[in-house]
Formats: sequence, C-alpha cells, structure tokens
Amino acid sequence: MILIDFEYYKPDTVQAAVELYQQLTIQAKQPLFYSGGTEIITLGRVGKLYTGAVIDIKGIPECNVLEIKNDQLIMGAGVSLTRLAEANLFPLLTESAGRIADHTSRGKITLGGNICGNFIYREAVLALLASDSIVTIASENGCRTVPIMEAFYERLQLAAGELLVQVATDATYLSLPHRGVKKTRMDRIGYPLVSMAALRINNRLQVAFSGVCAFPFRSLKLEHELNNDGSHETRIANALQHFPAPIVDDVEGTSAYRKFVLKNTLEDTLTHFEGV
Amino acid sequence: MLQMLGKGVIDLTVNGELRSVLAKPSDTLLTVLRTQLGLTGAKPGCENGDCGACTVLIDGWPIKACLTLAIEALGHEITTVEGLKDAPVQTAFIEQWGFQCGYCTSGFIMVCHALALIHPDATNEVLADWLQSNLCRCTSYEEIERAVRSIITT
Repeated sequence: MILIDFEYYKPDTVQAAVELYQQLTIQAKQPLFYSGGTEIITLGRVGKLYTGAVIDIKGIPECNVLEIKNDQLIMGAGVSLTRLAEANLFPLLTESAGRIADHTSRGKITLGGNICGNFIYREAVLALLASDSIVTIASENGCRTVPIMEAFYERLQLAAGELLVQVATDATYLSLPHRGVKKTRMDRIGYPLVSMAALRINNRLQVAFSGVCAFPFRSLKLEHELNNDGSHETRIANALQHFPAPIVDDVEGTSAYRKFVLKNTLEDTLTHFEGV
Repeated sequence: MLQMLGKGVIDLTVNGELRSVLAKPSDTLLTVLRTQLGLTGAKPGCENGDCGACTVLIDGWPIKACLTLAIEALGHEITTVEGLKDAPVQTAFIEQWGFQCGYCTSGFIMVCHALALIHPDATNEVLADWLQSNLCRCTSYEEIERAVRSIITT
C-alpha cells in the first residue's frame, strides 16, 4: 500500500505532458513523470518519495515507439524492457538490459524509467552510451536532440519539467560485434558488481560500465587505453587509471573484489573480441 | 486526457468481465483485486516486486500487481488465477506436486501459464529467466520446474 495520495494524469501528447508538469508545479503538487512506475510505487510504499501528482507518459505515442526508421532504431521512453528484449532489435541492449531485476518486473520497467530513475545502476543506458545514441528531450520550450554522451553525466541531465521522450540508435550499431556482461555476487538476479556493455566498431572497442562506480559511465580515456597496443594485462592496468570515480565498496562487494572481477571481465572481453 | 484526481469508480476488465471498483489513484492493482473484487488469488508477499506472489496477467503478459496502479490497468485485459479454468498448468502443478503451502503458487501458475502460451517451445534459458521472477520458500523449485516443463514442448 502506497502511503501517499496523489493525482493521476495520462496525457496524449508530449506538449500536454510538459505543460501539465508546469501547471502542477505552480500548484505546488511536486509532479513526477511516471513511466513504468516501479520506483515511484516501491519508494512511495515505504514513505521515501512524495508527489502530489504523477503524469503517466504511456499514453503518448512517441513514448511507445519501437521501430527502425530512416536507418535509426527509435525507442520510446515508455517501452518496457521486456518489449525491447522480445523485439531484440538491438541485441547488445537486450543483453545489457536483460538482467535488470527479473523477467516479470521488466514487463513494467521501462527504458526511460530505468535511465532517469534514482537507482544508481541504470543498466539500460550502457548499450546506449556504447553506441553513441541520441536522446530526444522535451520541455515547455520544445524538443531537443542531444548525443547521450553529452546529456548523460552520472545520470541523464534533465532540468525540472524536462521529459525524456525517445532514444535513437544508428542502425549501423545494431549488428556490430558486441558483449554484454553482468557480474553479481551470488544470484543471477541482483545488483551488479560489474555490468558492462561493449561493442566493436572500426576495430575499436566502445564500452560502458555500471556497478563499478557510483554511476554508469563511458570513458573515452579508458577506451583509448583498451584500444591501445600491448598486452591485455598492460592495457587493462592502464585503463583502470581512468575510472571517473572511486570503485564502489559496499555490501555487494568490496572495492578490491570489484576491481578483481572487473579485471577478469575486461580480460574476457578483450579475448572475446581479439582472441588470446 | 485521462485523469483521476481522487477516489472514484473505474471499470476494469477482469477475467473477461467488466467490473467496477472504487479506488484511489495510488491504489495498487493488487489491493483493488483483493479488497474490492474478492479475488484473493494474487497474494501480498513482499509488496516490493521481489517475490512474484502477486503476479497476474495483463494482456496475456505476467505483471506484478503490487507494482501496478489499478488505474494503469484501465483498458487492458486482466487475468487472475481465478480466471483460469482447468488450464494445463494447473493440472501440471497438481500432478507434479508443485506446491506445499500454496502461497506462491498462484503467482507461479500465472507466470508458467503465460510462458506456455507465449513461448511454448521455451529453451532452458528462457524458462529459467521467466521462473526467476518468483520465489518459493517451501519447495526446492524442482517440482515447479517439472510442472512447467510438462506443458511446454522442449
């Protein structure tokens, strides 16, 4: 049972959604955009979230799109992770988002909800970072399209009232050699020690991580080291110098253990793409 | 634009019937099914989306009713365990002894029923992926796995 009462709105257009957000903000209702809603419901149930109104984006056609058009895979923010996996238009995304929570929950968790939510892992963003995807963000001033590498720093940088509408990935990336890995402490389902999405384009690796630091990231300096010449061991050691934040130390695993798992994951990945 | 500003009556399609319920926007589907419609097959276990005891089907796909607002289910086909009439999965659970206390059973049955319909030729990986959505504290899971394997074709 959710401890808070809130109003529920389900607009039909992007413009209606962003305008409604502004109106509800003026009314001091602290509105939230609602996609899958799993985070809002679970945090609301334990009193860790307050909102006076939720704006369900699942009635907006642009947020439910899943299609290849004009050589781009267009994915609406309201598309569930299960729907993404079942369509499997982007196998790396299927792999990297396919271990989030469990199968039934992924029928409710959406692409936009996972990327924009408060949980730090946001594993659905990894394949998008690795594939130079583009995000479309709406506000009361209109829509803007931004490379995700510019829009994502620790989290998707959205101002109040901004709505992630869609993500687009160039179709070239969809069939590239790739590898999605998630290492957990024990069970198949759980928070990651290391979660990684990697693809190879023009003989160079592009790779994004979650679980290692306190936020998902893709580091071009790290990639430069991995793509350098030299032994796997040397390249991995150099790459580890370019993590954007300290390696996490928590109940899932110590930083030393994470580093150990990460090294092995990178070694396996380099071997996967290049051989021994 | 659909909006629900406070407690009100909404009409949900449950097990093939249009049913009217009185609900708040913040009421979960699990709460409404159990308290308004007396459909207590879906169980509150963790109410956090972890255990799967609350699983129902929405448009044929398994959904955790504790993670769904009742208002979200408007316009969709909701199926609870009470809506299954001697489905193959129910017979299979009996024949394979796939339950002990029975609390998780309705959730498992809904997942397995959907799996058998959507992926009748499910591989081991698909089967494991789907079944990991539900927890059982009584059995060893082997009986449940035998039950669902007996109704899929691999």
